[in-house]
Amino acid sequence: MTRLISKAAILGLVVTAGLTLAGCQSAPETPEASLYQKLGKRAGIAQIVEDLLFLIVDDERINQQFKGLDVASFHRNLTDQLCQLSGGPCTYSGRGMREVHADMAITDTQFNALTENLILAMEENGVGTGAQNRLLKRLIPLYPDVRNL
Amino acid sequence: MKDVPVLLAALLLLTAQSAFADIGSRIWATGGVTTIEGSAGGGLVPWALLGSYASDEEWGGTLALSRAETDDYTLAVIGAGINWNNRVELTVARQSLDLDALVFTLSNGFGLEQDELNQDIFGAKIRLAGDVLYSPWGQWSAGIQYKRQRDFTVPAAIGARDDSGTDVYFSGSKVFFAALFDRNLLVNATARATRANQGGLLGFGGDRNNSYEVMAEASAGLFLNRRWLVGAEYRQKPDNLGFAGEDDWWDLFVAWVPDRRLAVTAAVVSLGDVATLEDQQGLYLSLQGSF
Repeated sequence: MTRLISKAAILGLVVTAGLTLAGCQSAPETPEASLYQKLGKRAGIAQIVEDLLFLIVDDERINQQFKGLDVASFHRNLTDQLCQLSGGPCTYSGRGMREVHADMAITDTQFNALTENLILAMEENGVGTGAQNRLLKRLIPLYPDVRNL
Repeated sequence: MKDVPVLLAALLLLTAQSAFADIGSRIWATGGVTTIEGSAGGGLVPWALLGSYASDEEWGGTLALSRAETDDYTLAVIGAGINWNNRVELTVARQSLDLDALVFTLSNGFGLEQDELNQDIFGAKIRLAGDVLYSPWGQWSAGIQYKRQRDFTVPAAIGARDDSGTDVYFSGSKVFFAALFDRNLLVNATARATRANQGGLLGFGGDRNNSYEVMAEASAGLFLNRRWLVGAEYRQKPDNLGFAGEDDWWDLFVAWVPDRRLAVTAAVVSLGDVATLEDQQGLYLSLQGSF
């Protein structure tokens, strides 16, 4: 058993080293409202959405779906939506998710692509892993509406 | 039997086209890694996840090399798989178990000259319902593993009844977002009907029990971030042979997924008693490439 413990200790060291390399922050933030702060308030969220739009435009898997879009109003609506979802003082005034996506036939591939781009946009803006996960947790209930399931 | 290299080549050819195309769209690390039996999962336990990153309009493939070194044995595995539309996974694996210390037991006790046991495993898994990330009820899959022991002399001598067998399993996997310290938690449960002794390396069925039994397997892992997953696995095992008791397996693992192309898994494994040699513990290392 001592051998196993020493092996487990080595593995623990590897994990610790990996964490250090990956620059993973631990200290979890507790209050619900702080997610909005962690995203950089409305200005931070607006920047994340802008970077997300740049990623979407370059993404062959999904950019067709966004053709002919009013970019300014999409940017404002998505920013409001993420702001509201994260507990910020905003109100999403766009159309319902199911209504917006009803005729788009969004595939899982496309949904995954957008999720990936959102994560990348949050990473570009220095949003920590915990805050990313908390936002994703609040977005995932929209999946059936977006996929029209 | 030369089927495995042929099949490997066929799989490589099939996936060659996608190797030049973009890699699949599923989120990082949601293909799991390659188990010692070739199916996507952790190290010892198959998960409901399908291998590679293929999403619903894509093909994907994996190649993996794994090695476990315990006190008295060394297991080497080469595995390959393809995934169609994140719906069907087909896998092949070749296991080679170096008997190391058992060689003397076999030659002195049974007069057998055997220093290696080999097994081929052909697997298929179907995603029945759900998505591991997006469905509130998780992802559910069913799979089979057809296993063929290539060196049956030793298993037969110690009481195994058959040189081949088929495991059937049902598996559920779910990621809970921001579940623990705001980190994402992956949970898997698998029920497997099997007659395999030590996964099949010691044949199928035995003098003590020769019928199918349902075994429980489970694992859980915490994503420290999208590149690092740490967790544990447990796999219940049958105990079919009077020759030597068989114990449940468990492991503690850390997986590093720097991007979709590569996954590196390290683990401490505890295989318990294996063919009279007691308390087999050791280290496991696995490299997986996806395309």
